[in-house]
Amino acid sequence: MSEMTCRDAVIRALTEEMERDESVILLGEDVAAAGGVFKATAGLLERFGPDRVRDTPISEAAIIGAGIGAALTGMRPVVELMFADFAAVALDQIVNEAAKLRYMSGGRLKVPMVIRAAQGAGGGFAAQHSQCVETLFMHYAGLKVAAPGTPADVLGLLKTAIRDDNPVIFLEHKMLYNLKGDVPDGEHLVPFGKARIAREGRDVTIVASQKMLGPASEAAERLDAEGISCEIIDPRTFAPLDFETIGRSLEKTGRLVTVEEAVRPCGWGAEIVSHLCEEGFWWLDAPVRRVTMGESIIPFSQSLEDALMPGVDDVIAAVHALA
Amino acid sequence: MHGSPRLNDGLRRKMLRQMLDIRFCEERIQRLFEEGLVRGSTHLCIGQEAVSVGAAAAVEPERGDTVLCTYRGHGMALALGMSLHSLLAELMGRQGGCCGGKGGSMHLTDVDHGLLGTFAIVGAHIPIAAGAALSAQIRKSGAVSLAVFGDGAVNNGAWHEAVNLAAVWKLPVVLLCENNLYGEYTPFAQTSPVPHVADRAAAYGIPAEIVDGQDADEMFRAVRGAVRRARQGGGPSLIEAKTYRFVGHSRTDPATYRPQGELEKWRQRDPIRILASRLQMSESELKEEEERARARVESALQWAVQQPEPPVESLREGILA
Repeated sequence: MSEMTCRDAVIRALTEEMERDESVILLGEDVAAAGGVFKATAGLLERFGPDRVRDTPISEAAIIGAGIGAALTGMRPVVELMFADFAAVALDQIVNEAAKLRYMSGGRLKVPMVIRAAQGAGGGFAAQHSQCVETLFMHYAGLKVAAPGTPADVLGLLKTAIRDDNPVIFLEHKMLYNLKGDVPDGEHLVPFGKARIAREGRDVTIVASQKMLGPASEAAERLDAEGISCEIIDPRTFAPLDFETIGRSLEKTGRLVTVEEAVRPCGWGAEIVSHLCEEGFWWLDAPVRRVTMGESIIPFSQSLEDALMPGVDDVIAAVHALA
Repeated sequence: MHGSPRLNDGLRRKMLRQMLDIRFCEERIQRLFEEGLVRGSTHLCIGQEAVSVGAAAAVEPERGDTVLCTYRGHGMALALGMSLHSLLAELMGRQGGCCGGKGGSMHLTDVDHGLLGTFAIVGAHIPIAAGAALSAQIRKSGAVSLAVFGDGAVNNGAWHEAVNLAAVWKLPVVLLCENNLYGEYTPFAQTSPVPHVADRAAAYGIPAEIVDGQDADEMFRAVRGAVRRARQGGGPSLIEAKTYRFVGHSRTDPATYRPQGELEKWRQRDPIRILASRLQMSESELKEEEERARARVESALQWAVQQPEPPVESLREGILA
């Protein structure tokens, strides 16, 4: 084990996979000479050269499309969208082209491409640079979606994503780039569709991802002092989503809270809740609770952004409501 | 070493046969649509056949060249070598179609003949063509990517983003516009401040050429030149083929938005007649060729209608690799 940040885990994953497979290339705005606006591709241009690490114009549709074309013809491009909000500019390329080309061609084509983007609020980036978008892409068949919350998962899931033969939306949380954690030495791969039990407990199941693992963990500590034992599940990937691990936890605890850093309508929490109401209704000992941002747009002012972001008190209140 | 394709009477005869196949196949597809055997929508390229056969003859899929085309793509698919059987079965949603019935008229794919796809979101395939060219550039494979699009695509953001990217990276792409004067029902002049698509190349510093899209020889010559330039590292170029569809935009469109006499004027420049006359074919010779093409189409159709629908079990196959 060695300690590293999520940022260094991105760099390590890209470095290892580019060393291993010369068909892996990087494209994106400022990924090469500048090493990325979040410095998550620092040093890769120097190491792998300008053919394989390319700065692009600010042309999101062209960046994604070029990735698709390269993927169709034998490369494994990793394209960067910088801020996940910019996916909206290239949505057609992602949801109509990358996601559907394999199916429309009767399985003749494949698109082994990773789209990296930084998402999430908490940094004062305001409405157009702070949204979490995993839910958006869960709605389109043909895509895989990962949203890791620890350096080890960033490393293991990004390496797995690059080796996957499908288009993968890989969402890094911009407020977690400096988060440190233990990462295994040597080859480390994390499978998609396998949730992580971040904390074991017996009374309440809390499902949380990325930055929301922070308030969820702190809430669990405080609730523990009250004698309420919380189990925290980190889905890690949202397509595929590991309902089985969440279901097994619910079977044990009988109580479910989801914590989403996103607006409420149609969030992934709703998908988990509806799934478990169909498949695990008799395990429930209490109504379910979803902690979300409600219906809003992410504001700039720190006091407003703090008020919008689900926090420790919101999680504790949700758990208390189930008692 | 591969020999570069050459223009001679042998190639002209091949292009003529292909144009006849395309013409009669398209006419038959219209009837199949009216009979309810082709569902959804279908976009015919009758009148534009020379663009397809001339361009297809100039690329070399055996060297890795790829083609990405619009949803008006039956002609390009056939010209590249897709069988009439495979096309017709796909159009009727049958298992034996090029995409197993999953794609249909607007989503044809034939990787063995270099066709990465026909694309139904206007302009969306130009960035993807740039990506195929990027792949060739990085691997130094010498392959070229041909993007075929209509005049309607050039007002789409994806087109501009992709042409800019291709130009700035000197990607081996050939940008071929089939300007049939109408974007769906709207005349090109109403949607473009400059009279020619080719005028737009100046903004990206790439060469452009306006070509008679009714003349298969001219199409072949222009595309071959652009392919050579791209293969030798000269970067992208834009070819604007002036052409005309003798039919409406899709399905049952009677194309009443066209001024009187326009269709008749363009029919005088039927690409099949132009090439037959260059080959000095007699009326009876041409008629024989026509009969043979009709027979090929009918025979393929007989096969295609007998193909089964895809099994329901295949519904969710091929979503993920």
